[in-house]
Amino acid sequence: MAILVTPQTKLLVQGITGEFGARHAKLSLDYGTQLVAGVTPGKGGQFFEHGGHKVPIFDTVADAVKQTGATASAVFVPPPFAADAILEGVDAGLELVVAITEGIPVRDMVRAKQAMAGSKTRLIGPNCPGVVTPGEGKDSHGGCRIGIAPGYIHKKGNIGVVSRSGTLTYEAVWQLTSRGVGQSTCVGIGGDPVNGTSHLDVIQLFMADPETKGIIMIGEIGGSAEEEAAEWIAKHGTKPVAGFIAGATAPPGRRMGHAGAIVSGGKGTAEAKIAAFKAAGIGIAVTPSDMADTLLKMM
Amino acid sequence: MNIHEYQAKQLLKQYGVVVPPGDACKTVEEARTAADKIFGSGNKLAVVKSQIHAGGRGKGTFKDGFKGGVKLAKSAEEATAHAKAMLGNTLVTKQTGPDGRVVSTVLVAAAEDIKKEFYLAVLLDRANSRPLIMASTEGGVDIEEVAEKSPEKIIKEHVDPAMGFQPWQGRKIAAALGLKGELAGQAAKLFAGVYKTWWEADAAMVEINPLCICVGADGKEKLVAVDAKIGLDDNALYRHKDIQEMRDLAEESPLEIEASKFNLNYIKLDGSIACLVNGAGLAMATMDIIQHYGASPANFLDVGGGASKDQVTAAFKIILSDPAVKAIFVNIFGGIMDCNVIATGIVAAVKETGLTLPLVVRLEGNNVAAGKKTLAESGLTLITGDSMADAAQKVVATVAK
Repeated sequence: MAILVTPQTKLLVQGITGEFGARHAKLSLDYGTQLVAGVTPGKGGQFFEHGGHKVPIFDTVADAVKQTGATASAVFVPPPFAADAILEGVDAGLELVVAITEGIPVRDMVRAKQAMAGSKTRLIGPNCPGVVTPGEGKDSHGGCRIGIAPGYIHKKGNIGVVSRSGTLTYEAVWQLTSRGVGQSTCVGIGGDPVNGTSHLDVIQLFMADPETKGIIMIGEIGGSAEEEAAEWIAKHGTKPVAGFIAGATAPPGRRMGHAGAIVSGGKGTAEAKIAAFKAAGIGIAVTPSDMADTLLKMM
Repeated sequence: MNIHEYQAKQLLKQYGVVVPPGDACKTVEEARTAADKIFGSGNKLAVVKSQIHAGGRGKGTFKDGFKGGVKLAKSAEEATAHAKAMLGNTLVTKQTGPDGRVVSTVLVAAAEDIKKEFYLAVLLDRANSRPLIMASTEGGVDIEEVAEKSPEKIIKEHVDPAMGFQPWQGRKIAAALGLKGELAGQAAKLFAGVYKTWWEADAAMVEINPLCICVGADGKEKLVAVDAKIGLDDNALYRHKDIQEMRDLAEESPLEIEASKFNLNYIKLDGSIACLVNGAGLAMATMDIIQHYGASPANFLDVGGGASKDQVTAAFKIILSDPAVKAIFVNIFGGIMDCNVIATGIVAAVKETGLTLPLVVRLEGNNVAAGKKTLAESGLTLITGDSMADAAQKVVATVAK
């Protein structure tokens, strides 16, 4: 069953005519994802054409949803306008909004998150690689690819992957796939300090998903989201979880690429997160090369 | 981005926060004028404060032996002499490292009679995505120590971002700090101003430590932000032209400034193995794996998702300008990016920079076979690794020799 999205999920792309959005919209079409609409204000009525596909473009998300029945969105809108685009998706009643955009001001996200409280929309990201539920075809073709992850590295199967980082997600997925082990769904929750969906949210979805048999959880320094997830797993976990925390060698007070990856005031250290993982019975990958093997040994 | 104390106080003042009267001075003459102004308006004491981004200034020592980056002065002459000793001199504190920082600005301000010190900060509480105000009666000390030893002494108040800071919250915090009467009223106004500064300026953190009850030249008690520190959200700087101008490039590493011109995210560290990686998470993990196998990373370097040949060449040049570097580890997971493009970039960069240090490359992902072939046929003496662990062990071995 996978989580969040299935190969049948109808996707729209906000910012489909921008360079970044267009490139990844094409890759999603190539992967076989049901990309049914694009949204670019002022370009409604035009079409996004690629490889025999003719995707209609709308001025508003509400229009796109009404005309095509899309339930999920990928946001590729530039940072100054991204929070607004997220809220437009919420207003249109989308089930899932995945914000890929990197560099959204924190204040914009604080307001957006507050504004969408109580709505039915789940936000993933921002500053995230997106969500992939692999398909059954060659190189997992036919799956649902929302965002910027390389589709071909996936394989349909039973491992759930959740991570803040894009390339570390790909690393874990590739380790699994090259050992012949497939994934149910792979979720990148993003590297910003304010995000829509936490490690814990995704872990709970994986635990409830009958198709998912094991989980790789990748965290990094900063905040306490990994600790919260570990605490819940200690009490309610029913499936093996392997984990890796990036940033053990990062100096305090320096932001390591991701806006959220910073150790400040002695909080958010890799040591504390690894200790929380151990206390929860989560298998620790001592190096990022051991993520898949650590989980497979537990299964 | 961080700004200086005097700049933080300028911002706070704009939002109605009371700060001690004073001026930022770049020359001894300016310092004399500022000091004359302070003593001329009835103050009996002034303070001269070195403006560098690092903390621990008061206990710091200048390279010529002059002690203290923050000094009190009883006369304009004394204040001017302190400014003269500090300006152009290099201050070393526990936070600057042995190289220290050159002091090019001093803040000359009135030093009022302090009756009591508090702590106040506004920051983002990541656990619930809301602004958080933290206050404590334990001011002027290391707040992290207070948080650890006596957490009950820290008052926490969340703010609803849609509503903004409310007057009752100001009264609540003032009462919790034991402030009464007119001071409680001043406090509520000051808290609102500090919150507004955080919100309007898109700050990551505003910290007032200490916030003081002072007795002014007129003999009246008042609440004053005696020291202030502001860190800003880099992602929001585009909408604050005035704050962008506060950037002090002298406070940043020249290599990091150079890297930012090529959209490279580079942070210099103390080790000997340079890393060139795509993606922030993988870049952090690469540093970790180097340490795991017994060496230390010389830097964090994320070339981003779509590294071009120019970027790779620029990255190599930046890495190689750090004399501590003894070997280079290129770790690329080319998801969408074509590994062959990266390989071509590496070969060109090595040739252009005349690299002689050991180079270990781990390439994985899209079109990796062609990429490996390009590396193999380049005639370069580089080492390839099959996995991240394999490559990390190989690069560590080159410096262990």
